[in-house]
Amino acid sequence: MSRRVVVTGLGVVTSLEQKVDALWSALLEGRSGIGPFNNIDTSDQKVHFGGEIGNWSTEGYISRKDAGRIDLFTQYAVVAAVDAVKDSGLDFEQEDPFRCGVVIGSGVGGINEIEAQVTRLVQKGPDKVSAFTIPKLMPNAASGHVSIYYGLKGPNFAVATACASATNAMGSALKLIQSGASDIVVTGGTEAACSRMGLAGFANMRALSERNDAPTKASRPFDIDRDGFVLSEGAGVLVFEELEHAKSRGATIYGEVLGYGASGDGGHITQPNPAGIGAGRAMSEALKDAALNADAIDYINAHGTSTPLGDKAETVAIKRVFGDHAYKLSVSSTKSQLGHLLGASGGVEAVISLKAIKHDLCPPTINLDNPDPACDLDYTPNTPKERPVRVAMSNSFGFGGHNATVIFGKAP
Amino acid sequence: MASVLERVTEIVSEQLGVDKDKITPETSFVTDLGADSLDTVELVMELEEEFDINIPDDAAEKIQTVGQAVDFIEKGQGGE
Repeated sequence: MSRRVVVTGLGVVTSLEQKVDALWSALLEGRSGIGPFNNIDTSDQKVHFGGEIGNWSTEGYISRKDAGRIDLFTQYAVVAAVDAVKDSGLDFEQEDPFRCGVVIGSGVGGINEIEAQVTRLVQKGPDKVSAFTIPKLMPNAASGHVSIYYGLKGPNFAVATACASATNAMGSALKLIQSGASDIVVTGGTEAACSRMGLAGFANMRALSERNDAPTKASRPFDIDRDGFVLSEGAGVLVFEELEHAKSRGATIYGEVLGYGASGDGGHITQPNPAGIGAGRAMSEALKDAALNADAIDYINAHGTSTPLGDKAETVAIKRVFGDHAYKLSVSSTKSQLGHLLGASGGVEAVISLKAIKHDLCPPTINLDNPDPACDLDYTPNTPKERPVRVAMSNSFGFGGHNATVIFGKAP
Repeated sequence: MASVLERVTEIVSEQLGVDKDKITPETSFVTDLGADSLDTVELVMELEEEFDINIPDDAAEKIQTVGQAVDFIEKGQGGE
């Protein structure tokens, strides 16, 4: 019998709310976390809005000195991780540090630091490039700093699969615990790419919504008038723990991690396969890993980024994998409210999926006013839906053709 | 215009995250403020920028305290 893995702690940083319970309430109310960018000058850019973290402070989490040594994406990860660990009730002083790992994904890494130091390089020369440039920009800095914070000495690495990073990270965390290598893994994803270069880069790919006159209406997955995704940032971090370990310390269990599947498109670097071949494969592999039939799934937290091609391909893939059951399960894209947190999105969406399981409630897809005829599933339009959520699936697909799916179930 | 000591204190406070009233000329970057090798490089860079001077590596290695930094800067600027 393989070792079972449960989730005992949750932490989030999002533009909508920075605490899990507040985020859950806001999602049920259908509130949007999207607004004009204030942290960066967008006057010369195509897109002027997104889901940036306003009034950011690390006070009470990270010392002033340490905060200066780490990029924003790592700050978000540390804050979300500290909240998740507090929530889990774990005291790492009482744990064997070699049995505790960290796997946190990031799609982009420290782009704010890269921009700042490139500016210094050009304006002031190489001698003025900060000694912290490299340790700040590397995408594994988040995993590194979380392990340093708690002195964790188990497996420690980052996953960089663009927008699938957090979900691939959680899959790796699941396998580390199932295999016996670790008892506890702090896992999820983080991103801070709402920078001038990040925004310009995504905007020039024509990947972003340009609905500048109505930011809260811009992210509208599965709606006929969708025109691209909304760039957001933040972190979603979870504590994965071996079931008996969690039970022995009387931990509160949010749910069980039942399975994980991954695939590659092997097609195009940014465009999804129109038939969702890779996406479907990730879902079916996750079902196989969880030893579940397709009809066991009650809710899918879709990748659903609000791009014309992506939402359609995901719908096609769900229909192929689930057959008739595709029309019986509930789907929603919480990116409609949060925008796209890129490498962090899977972490935040895993947190949301676990809340859906806990409360038997599916959060809505807002702005779904006129469904695209090609998107004909029940996407939980605009209001939450009460229904038993025994098993939830969360999908993440990334540039590079990376597809990852995790499945969560009720606490055993 | 703030004195060299005040300006160095400001930079050290900012860079190493310590309150200004905890910093005296005798304060050692490594022993008292826990600076590591990266902090030291960064601090020297900030001082070079603030005072528009060049601190060669061999000189930088000898600057261990706030007072030594002030001395180097004042000498470099012609001193008093």
